[in-house]
Amino acid sequence: MPELLPQPAWRRRLVLTWLLAPALLWLLLLIVLPHVELALLSLRRRVAPHVYDLSLLQFKTFFIEPLYWQVFVRTAILSALATALTLLVAFPAAWVITKVARGRASALLFVVCLIPFWVSETVRALGWLILLRESGVLPALLVTLHITAVPVEMLYHDATILVGLVYTSLLFMVVPLVSSLESLDNALIEAAYNLGAGGGAILRHIVIPHAAPGITAGCIIVFMLTLGNYLTPTLLGGKNSQWFTELIYTQFIVRFNWEQGAAFGFLLLGLSTAMVALGLRASGQRFVDVMRRT
Amino acid sequence: MISTLPRPVWLRTATVLYVGAFLLFLFVPLVTVAVFAFNNAPYPAPPWRGFTLDWFLGNAAAGRIGLFRDTELLGSILTSVIVACWVTALAVIVGTANSFLMERWEFPGKQALSVLMLVPLVIPGVILGISILALSSLIAELADSLFGWDLDFLRPGLPLVVLGQFSYVATVTTLMISARLKRFDRTLEEAALNLGASHAAVLRTITFPYLRPALIGSAAISFLMSFENFNTTLMLVGADAPLTVTMYGRMREGATPVLNAVSLFLMLASAALALTLLRGGRRAS
Repeated sequence: MPELLPQPAWRRRLVLTWLLAPALLWLLLLIVLPHVELALLSLRRRVAPHVYDLSLLQFKTFFIEPLYWQVFVRTAILSALATALTLLVAFPAAWVITKVARGRASALLFVVCLIPFWVSETVRALGWLILLRESGVLPALLVTLHITAVPVEMLYHDATILVGLVYTSLLFMVVPLVSSLESLDNALIEAAYNLGAGGGAILRHIVIPHAAPGITAGCIIVFMLTLGNYLTPTLLGGKNSQWFTELIYTQFIVRFNWEQGAAFGFLLLGLSTAMVALGLRASGQRFVDVMRRT
Repeated sequence: MISTLPRPVWLRTATVLYVGAFLLFLFVPLVTVAVFAFNNAPYPAPPWRGFTLDWFLGNAAAGRIGLFRDTELLGSILTSVIVACWVTALAVIVGTANSFLMERWEFPGKQALSVLMLVPLVIPGVILGISILALSSLIAELADSLFGWDLDFLRPGLPLVVLGQFSYVATVTTLMISARLKRFDRTLEEAALNLGASHAAVLRTITFPYLRPALIGSAAISFLMSFENFNTTLMLVGADAPLTVTMYGRMREGATPVLNAVSLFLMLASAALALTLLRGGRRAS
C-alpha cells in the first residue's frame, strides 16, 4: 500500500513480487506454456519411436479427410445457427424484463430466467433426454393427443441439438441484453413514437443501435460456448451428428494420437478466436470491455 | 412497445403468450427431471406408475439401488466437493492477489497482463483441458527420464482436474473482486494510516471487511463453476470421477431414475446456494 506512509523501496518491491507471483505462475504454467506445448505437438510428426520432425502433416490430414473438415464446418454452422436462435428467443424476454414489466414483476422475471442456469448442464441435458426420446414424455403426449399414431424419436436430430444448445446458452444472452436495454432511455422511444415512428422503425433506428454492444457481447459468448460444448451435442445428437470437440476427445483420449488432437484443438481455437475478433471489429468494441460486461 | 405507450390488444396477448411459452421452455425440462425421480418404474419414462421413494432409499435387496445406497454416486459427489473446495480456495486467494495487483500497482507490462488474465474465458474448456494435459505429461516424462522421478500428480487425476478448473475460474474471481476493490474509497485507508494504524491492521480491519461480500460471492460462484464443470474435467480426469463425469457415463448407458434423484438433490443444493447469496447480497447493499 503506497503513498501515505512512505515505505522503503525494497519493501515495495517485495510486496509487488508477492502479488505478481501468483498471477504469473497461473498464466504461465496453466495458460501460456500449455498452449505452446500444444502448438509444438500439433506441428510435429513421429518418424520413429521418440524421434520427431517438424511437419504440417496433421493439418494436411484435416483437409484431406472429408469427415474431419465436414464435422468442423457443420459444428461452425450449427453454432452460428444456435447463436442466432438464442438471440431471437432471448431478445423479447430481455425486452419484457426491461421495458414492459415494472418493479417487482421485472425483477422476479429476471431472477426466474437465471434459475435454470444454477443447475448443472448435465441435469438440463437429462431433462431433454427424458422429454424427447422415443419412450419419452413428448412423444407419449403426441400419441395421447392423437397427433401421431406411434411415438416418434425426437432425439438424435440436428434440431434437437439446437434446442439443447439454445436452452443451455440463454442466460449468457439474456444478461448482456438486459444490461444494455436497461440503459436505453424510455423517453427516446416515446419521442420517436410521438413523432409518428412505427414499431419497426423504432426497433431499427433506436433500440438495435443502442443495444448493439450487448447483442455483440452475448453473441460472442454464446458462439464460443456453443462451439466448445461437448456434453449437449454428444448426449442429444446421434451417431451421425458429431461435434468437433468429440473428434478432439477421440484423438486425445481414445486413440492417443495427441499430435492430431492438438492440431484439431488449434483449429477450434482459431475459429473461436476469429469469430470473437470479427464480432469485436464489427461492433467497434474492445475485448476488455466486452468481458467486463458479462 | 414499452409500458408507457398504448399497446394494441394483439400485442398484449402476444406478450403474455410469449412469456408463458418462455417460462415453459425454461422449466419443463427441470420439472420433468424432478418428477421422474419419484416414478415407480425402472426407467425415467412415462407412463406414471405411482409414487415411490425407492430411487432415494432403495437398496440392493429391493432390486433398486437408491441414491443413498449408491456408493459410486455418493463417492463422486464427495470427489466433486473436494475438488470444488480446492478450486475455490485457490481461485479466491489468487483472485484477491490479482485484484490488489491490478487496482493498486503500476508496473511495466500491466496492460498486457490485464488482457492475458481475461484470455482463459475465451478458450474453449476442452482445449484448456488438453493443453494442460499435454504440458503436464511432458513435464512428467522429462522428470522421469532426466531424474528418474515419478511425478504421479502430473498424470490424469484430481490434482490436474483442480488445476484445469482453477485456470479459468481464477479469471472470474479476479473480475468479481477487482470490481468491488475499484469502488473502494481509498481515503478510509489513508485516515486509518494517519491515525497510526499499521498497514496490516488497515488491511484486516478496513479493506478486507469491505471486500467480504465480493469474497463470499466469488467463492460461491467458484464452487458452483467447479462443481458443474464438465468439459475441462473430462480431459483431465483419472480413476476418481467427479459427479458430472459419472452422471455423463451413466446417461450414455441409459440410467435408472437414481440419476433423477441425484439431479433433484443438485437442484435443491443450487437453489439453497442462490438464495443464501441473494440474501447476503441484499444485506450488504
